[in-house]
Amino acid sequence: MDTKEALFKYCLRLADNNLVLGHRLSELCSNGPILEEDIATTNIALDLIGQARHLYQYAAEVEGKGRTEDDLAYKRAEREFYNTLLSEQPNGDFAVTIARQFFIDVFDYYFYKELLNSKDERLKELAARAIKEVTYHLRHSTQWILRLGDGTEESHKRLQTAVDGLWMYTGELFEMNEVDEILIKEGIAPNLNDIKTKWESKVSEVLAESTITKPEDGWMQTGSRKGMHSEHLGYILAEMQYLQRAYPDAQW
Amino acid sequence: MVSIDTDKERIYQLLNEIPDPEIPVISVTDLGVIRKVEWEDDTLTISITPTYSGCPAMKQIEQDIEKKLADSGYEKVKVKTVFTPAWTTDWISDEARERLRKYGIAPPQGSADKSLITTEPKVVPCPQCGSRNTQLTSQFGSTPCKALYKCLDCKEPFDYFKCI
Ligand SMILES: [Zn+2]
Repeated sequence: MDTKEALFKYCLRLADNNLVLGHRLSELCSNGPILEEDIATTNIALDLIGQARHLYQYAAEVEGKGRTEDDLAYKRAEREFYNTLLSEQPNGDFAVTIARQFFIDVFDYYFYKELLNSKDERLKELAARAIKEVTYHLRHSTQWILRLGDGTEESHKRLQTAVDGLWMYTGELFEMNEVDEILIKEGIAPNLNDIKTKWESKVSEVLAESTITKPEDGWMQTGSRKGMHSEHLGYILAEMQYLQRAYPDAQW
Repeated sequence: MVSIDTDKERIYQLLNEIPDPEIPVISVTDLGVIRKVEWEDDTLTISITPTYSGCPAMKQIEQDIEKKLADSGYEKVKVKTVFTPAWTTDWISDEARERLRKYGIAPPQGSADKSLITTEPKVVPCPQCGSRNTQLTSQFGSTPCKALYKCLDCKEPFDYFKCI
């Protein structure tokens, strides 16, 4: 694999993460638990899908085969998506939505902070824009973790269940493969081991404050770096790609 | 034949007449999204930067710029998006902040924080009655750039233009 191919795959991975989580959150549009949260989650979805668009545009340019952002989002099959298993997990109850969001927000926050040092100008620019947005997302999910964890008996129980249930998907956030190896060497991508240390420390701190017990690391689910997904991604794509599949190249 | 500089001044004036699609009391130049006006051969190129990655108004702003300039006789116009430096509310002029307040939107307080995470939200005075006794309802509001507050004195809810 050369640097160009690695960069293309890397951009896809980042874009897929944002698109799939953005799609998940958009499912809450008009279904939020309260009006403010309905607005908050859809705003976050908008940021994520916006970031995904810029990443797909860049991926398409890097690839240089004439594909567009839409081709990349709507015309790839499940096995060609590289988003983490965590990002595709269903919304569940509000505690699950928040726990999933919190784990990803903490990751994104430290990740984009590191990406600001990338030697790739475009990724650096995208990180400068994204870090401002992600900071707000993290503030939002952190406050909910504290509120639910240290809230009522019921909210505490639900959040603990959500954290326990999602923990097995968190190990994959830090997995690295050949793509990372090549780009770390070039000074383009951050080393995810460094992000992991910061992630663990932040997550431990917030969970402790919210009186939630941090789960022990056990078996961690894996597969997305190779395009292997949980059963949930297929349903997301079936809905998201419907129009382009039924009416190829349809335009607004 | 007008000189390039006078021409640029006129172009800025035209752009200043284009309202922000979501907050029409301020113009796209007030908002700070216009980053550069330049001639590339016979093409007038306007560089804009998004406020937020997913800001749905950007496409509208692009079209409004094209239309405004086309109506004013500029035939070849290109609008391009740039990302650096990242947009900040620091670029909103004082005068525009005052117009926001009169419109009922609390303007961004102070200058953009680098460490938003550790900082408690500052006092946001109510744009209706000026009271400092206000409370955050939600960090996210009707558009990506705003948060929801309420005034504990006059009881009015209001939008706050987030400082980023
Ligand atoms: Zn008031």
